[in-house]
Amino acid sequence: MSPRERISAAIRAAAAADEPALVAYLTAGYPQREKFREHVRALAAGADVVEIGVPFTDPMADGVTIQRASLAALTQGVSLKWILAELAAMRDIKAPLILMSYLNPLLAFGLTNLAQAAADAGVAGFIVPDLPLDESQDLRAALDTTQIALVQMVTPVTQAPRLKQLCAGSQGFVYAVTMTGTTGKSVAVPDDVISYLDNVRALAKVPVCAGFGIRSREQVERLRGHVDGVVIGSALVEVLERGEDATRWLQGLRG
Amino acid sequence: MSTPVSSSDAPRLLAELIAGRFPDERGRFGPFGGRYVPETLIPALERLERGVREHLHASDFQQEFKQQLTSWVGRPTALTFAARLSEQWGAKVWLKREDLAHTGAHKINNAIGQALLARRLGAKRIVAETGAGQHGVASAAACARLGLPCTVYMGDIDMERQAPNVGRMRLLGAQVVPVTSGDRTLRAAIDEAMRDWVSDPTDTYYLLGSAVGPHPYPYLVRELQAVIGREARAQILAANAALPDVLIACVGGGSNSIGAFHAFIADAAVRIIGIEAGGRGAGLGDNAATVAHGSPGVLHGTYSMLLQNEDGQIQETHSVSAGLDYPGVGPEHALLAAVGRVSYQTASDDEALAGVRALSECEGILPALESAHALAGAQRYARLNPGSSILVCLSGRGDKDMPTLQQTLLKSERS
Repeated sequence: MSPRERISAAIRAAAAADEPALVAYLTAGYPQREKFREHVRALAAGADVVEIGVPFTDPMADGVTIQRASLAALTQGVSLKWILAELAAMRDIKAPLILMSYLNPLLAFGLTNLAQAAADAGVAGFIVPDLPLDESQDLRAALDTTQIALVQMVTPVTQAPRLKQLCAGSQGFVYAVTMTGTTGKSVAVPDDVISYLDNVRALAKVPVCAGFGIRSREQVERLRGHVDGVVIGSALVEVLERGEDATRWLQGLRG
Repeated sequence: MSTPVSSSDAPRLLAELIAGRFPDERGRFGPFGGRYVPETLIPALERLERGVREHLHASDFQQEFKQQLTSWVGRPTALTFAARLSEQWGAKVWLKREDLAHTGAHKINNAIGQALLARRLGAKRIVAETGAGQHGVASAAACARLGLPCTVYMGDIDMERQAPNVGRMRLLGAQVVPVTSGDRTLRAAIDEAMRDWVSDPTDTYYLLGSAVGPHPYPYLVRELQAVIGREARAQILAANAALPDVLIACVGGGSNSIGAFHAFIADAAVRIIGIEAGGRGAGLGDNAATVAHGSPGVLHGTYSMLLQNEDGQIQETHSVSAGLDYPGVGPEHALLAAVGRVSYQTASDDEALAGVRALSECEGILPALESAHALAGAQRYARLNPGSSILVCLSGRGDKDMPTLQQTLLKSERS
């Protein structure tokens, strides 16, 4: 199975049990750099896919929690090189791993080397929030060589023709942003968001995961049947910040 | 500098640049530019691009814009021959007086132009970022003029060093939001303005103040600022019957400079020099000289030159002038540098302060610290090329810098 297919399969397998799959996010090296491997394992034990944030100085799509986590991780010397080396040293994680990174750290690493280094580290996909489909040719071509997924985001303000293109172009899963705005604010899930998600799911050939502002069992229940998975980000970063058991917290989101 | 433009591509790109082919349909200036933003902003940028295409060069919009420029901004701004400075420096120095524009700097040209566009596009509120406060004041004034609500994001460090402008913005009816995240200066203010815009991309218009950001902003800002160079070119031909030997402007994000340069790009005999903030020195973190010390990368939606470390993390910058204190530069400047049409140099904090003193004492004009970098560049040029004629874009006036000047030039006088 290719890395892209591994992501889709992991989400589908969980969703087959009538519960949305959990995609669990952490900012690499936060709150403690030395606990990175432990935190990845804790998330992998409670979730179906683990999303690892590469810290960046200017995370313009992120709210205060991930901004704080990113800057603290950078202060502790976390870099893409370090993350890949850490992951390469723990290849026994079963849940597919996805890197979430703004484009500039990837450009600085070099796109050609990135695909192989990511594959060697067991990375199955990338989410690049400031790289729209229209500008993604170079990264896409590089990742094609190792069959690593480039996940596209869609949003409630995305117009119909573009939504179709994004769903067709997304690999691994489609990341359906539930609201306009940055990550981390808790949101109720209104009816028009539900019908938007149904629409995305009808268009996408890969699974659809909803994200931005999801932090409670109630929200997960409300989304059940409308998405294949949910992405838990800022709320989980806060769980790790408080030093709580992330695996148990994630289990509490399931029925 | 390292650049993605090879020496064999440079002549072709320069020819296309002079022929006016940039930005191309993908929003590129050669390899630079583009649109690197979260998906949420794509519809807003596409709407803006359509709006620019439909309105910007339409005669009714241009008429409305010109009317505001003449009756409210006070254009054309004067071209001043700096007689005593010329004598002192051994050159002929001309000043394009953007400091005389309403609200005290060139920023107003762009602010009123974009506010007019925002109104046509049906925007319900305006957000803007500001560094030195000049773009914030200009945006607040333009929004008051057109009756649009205005929110300005400003780093709390900048709020302190440009305190007079914070009060001006509030009096002009704008809400000023202190930014305490990131580097707490212009760069963090742009991050925060973009986050605001992401939250309400349909009704909010982002009034970006420099020739940076995702397409179509670098183009839009250039077109609205190009009035500086058009006026200056006609004025110096009328006054001196010849084009200048050299045109010099300061470069932070690069809006006054691109506006001044644009009309002169095809004049091969006119040398063009951009002066970046050399700060305290050449080390990473000691300056804001992006073209001189940077490398290519993506920040704030555009692929251009950046001050960054080897991991692609954006570096904090230093300049005595808040308006130049930015780790990126507009994508068109990156191309102008790569093809060699514009020479980018630096002036240090001390050289800029000396420029403030020289212009104040010789000509009775207190220049902005930003503009004083261009004066420092002009003085250096005069020293190397005695007798030459030099046109300086004096982008703004220095009243806003009094807190900084109290702690620098005036402090040394007291002791």
